[in-house]
Amino acid sequence: MADRMEQVEVEGGGAPVIEPGHTFGTVTDKISSIVLTRPTSIGWFVGFGVAFLVTMMLLFALGYLFAKGVGIWGINIPIGWGFAIVNFVWWIGIGHAGTLISAILLLLRQSWRNSINRFAEAMTLFAVACAGIFPLVHTGRPWLAYWLFPYPNTMIYWPQFRSPLVWDVFAVSTYFTISLLFWFIGLIPDLATLRDRSDNRWAQMIYGILAMGWRGSARHWHRYESAYLLLAGLATPLVLSVHTVVSFDFAIGIISGWHTTIFPPYFVAGAIYSGFAMVLMLAIPIRKLYGLEDFITERHLQNSAKVMLATGWIVAYGYGIEAFMGWYSGDRYDAFTLWNRLHGPYAFLYLLLLTCNIGVPQVLWIRKLRTNPVALFLISLVILVGMWLERFVIVVISLHRDFLTSSWGMYYPTRWDWMTFIGTIGMFLAAMFLFVRILPMISIFEMRTLLPEAEVKVAE
Amino acid sequence: MKTTPIYGIMAEFDSATALVEAARKTHDAGYRKIDAYSPFPVEELAEAIGFHTNRVALVTLIGAIIGGLSGYLMQYWMNAVNYPVIVGGKPPHSWPAFIPITFEMTILFGGISAVLGMLALNGLPMPYHPVFNVPRFAMATKDRFFLIVFSTDPKYSPATTRAFLESLQPRSISEVPS
Repeated sequence: MADRMEQVEVEGGGAPVIEPGHTFGTVTDKISSIVLTRPTSIGWFVGFGVAFLVTMMLLFALGYLFAKGVGIWGINIPIGWGFAIVNFVWWIGIGHAGTLISAILLLLRQSWRNSINRFAEAMTLFAVACAGIFPLVHTGRPWLAYWLFPYPNTMIYWPQFRSPLVWDVFAVSTYFTISLLFWFIGLIPDLATLRDRSDNRWAQMIYGILAMGWRGSARHWHRYESAYLLLAGLATPLVLSVHTVVSFDFAIGIISGWHTTIFPPYFVAGAIYSGFAMVLMLAIPIRKLYGLEDFITERHLQNSAKVMLATGWIVAYGYGIEAFMGWYSGDRYDAFTLWNRLHGPYAFLYLLLLTCNIGVPQVLWIRKLRTNPVALFLISLVILVGMWLERFVIVVISLHRDFLTSSWGMYYPTRWDWMTFIGTIGMFLAAMFLFVRILPMISIFEMRTLLPEAEVKVAE
Repeated sequence: MKTTPIYGIMAEFDSATALVEAARKTHDAGYRKIDAYSPFPVEELAEAIGFHTNRVALVTLIGAIIGGLSGYLMQYWMNAVNYPVIVGGKPPHSWPAFIPITFEMTILFGGISAVLGMLALNGLPMPYHPVFNVPRFAMATKDRFFLIVFSTDPKYSPATTRAFLESLQPRSISEVPS
C-alpha cells in the first residue's frame, strides 16, 4: 500500500496527486457531497446570476443582429472577418486543452490528469459551443446555416469541398460530437454513484436515467475501458486536426501574413497555450471555493504552468519564423506585413501581444510563482488576453492593408461586437456554474483508481 | 418448487484484492455464470471471471472504415460526378482536397461506433436489473466489491453455492430475487 503512494510522490518530484489519508469512501463523499448535500452558497447564486445576465446581453446582441444584419458590426471591406472570426478561433483554441488533458494525457499515462479532466472536458464543450455561435452568425443569414451541410435539396446543388471553410464545418461539428461523447462516457459511472448516493427521489430518477443502469460489472468495465481508450486514441489526432483545419482557413488564402506553412503547428500550440491558461483560471478559484486542494494539488498547478511555458515557446518560435520569413522570402508584400505589424496603426496591439505571450509568461521559470495560485491566475489572464490579441493581429492586421493601397482600410469594433464577445464569456461562465452545481466536477471513479488501496495484490 | 425465483447469490467484499481472489477461486471451482462488480475498473477482474472476448475495438474499426469511405465517396460523387465545378483550376476529382473531411468522418463514425458499440454490447441502457434488489448493492458504486453466482449456472444449487461463497470469507451474503 505504501509503495504506491511513495511511487506517486516520487514521480511528481514534490506534491502528490492526492493528499494522503483518503479512502474510496472519503473521495466519493467529498466529490458527490458538493452536488448532493452541500447547500448552494450565496456566492454561487450571485456568480450564476451575473453570468446569466451577461448571457441575456448576448441574446439581445444576437437578436438585434438577426433583425438588422451584420452591418451593426464594425466589419466592412477590406476587413470582412473582424471580431466574429477572432472570437471563434480564440474559443476553439481554449477548448483544445480539455481534449489534451482528457485524451492525450490519458494515452501518455499521466495519472495526475484524473482530477482535472472532468471539468476541463466541460470547459471544452462550453468553449466549442461559444465558438460555434460566431461563424454561424457571421454568415449573415444564420437561419440558412444548414446550407453548409450536404443535404439533397431542390437547388440540385452541393457544397464545394475544396474550401477550407467547409472542412471547418466538418472538423468543428465532429470535434463537438466526440467531445460530448467522451465527456458523457466518462460521466456514466459517476452518475451511477450519484444515483445510489442521492436521497432525493427526483435526483435519483434523473441521475438514474442518465446512468443508464450502470452497475459496475467486470464485463462492462472491460468494454468500457476499451471504448474509453479508443475514444482517446481517436480524439488525439482529432484535436490536432481541428486547429490545423482552422489554420487552413487562413493559410489556404493568399493574403500576406496568412499564406504560410508554419500555421498548423503554431495554431495548435497556441490553442493548448490558451486552453491551459483557461484551465488554471477555472481550477484555481474552484479548488479554493470548494475546498478541493486535496485533489487539485500544487502538482497540478505546477504541471499546467510547465505546459504553458513549453507551448508558449512554440508560439514564440512561430512569431519568430513569421518575422524571419517576412525578411528572408524577399517578397515585398510579406516584408510590408511585418513592417506594418511593427509600425502600422495597430502596432501597439502587436507589441502588447508579444509582451503578453512571450514576455510576461517567462516568470513561470521561477518555481515560487509556479506554485503561487494568485500569481498563476494573473499570468493565465495575461496569456488569455495575449492569445486573443494574436488572433486579432492575424485577422485584422493582415486584412487591413493588402496588395493594393487603394483598398486599404481600418477596423473598429462597435458596441455590438463587444456585447457579443463579452456575452459569450457570460454564457461560458453560466454553463460552468451550472456544471459544478449539478454534476461531479472531478471524476470520482478515476480518483478511486489513484488510491493505493485500488491496487490488486494477488499471489499468482 | 421455489416460490420466488432466485436470480443468484451475491457475496460482498471489502477490497479489490479480495474480490479478485474470490472471483478466481469461484471460477476455478467450476462456476461459469458469474459476474463481479467494482466501483472502478479492476484490470484483473475480467480475466478472473473468465471474460476475454471484447469486440469494442472491432466495432470501432468497422465504424471508422465506413465513415472514411462514405466521407470520401460523398465528396467524390458530389463534386466530381453529380455537380462537377472547376474551382481554382483543379480537376473535379481533386483528391488531396478531399482528405480533411475524409479524416473527420473517419473519426466521427469511429467515435460514435465505439460509444454505441460499448453500450450495445453491455446491454445498456438497462434501467432495471435484479442485482439492484439487494439494498447493500448501492455500495457497489462507492467502496464495496460484489461477486455473484447466477442461478442459471449448471453447478448452482442454493445450499452448496452459498456454502462455497461463505468459505471465501465475504463481508456479507445475500440472495438476489429476480
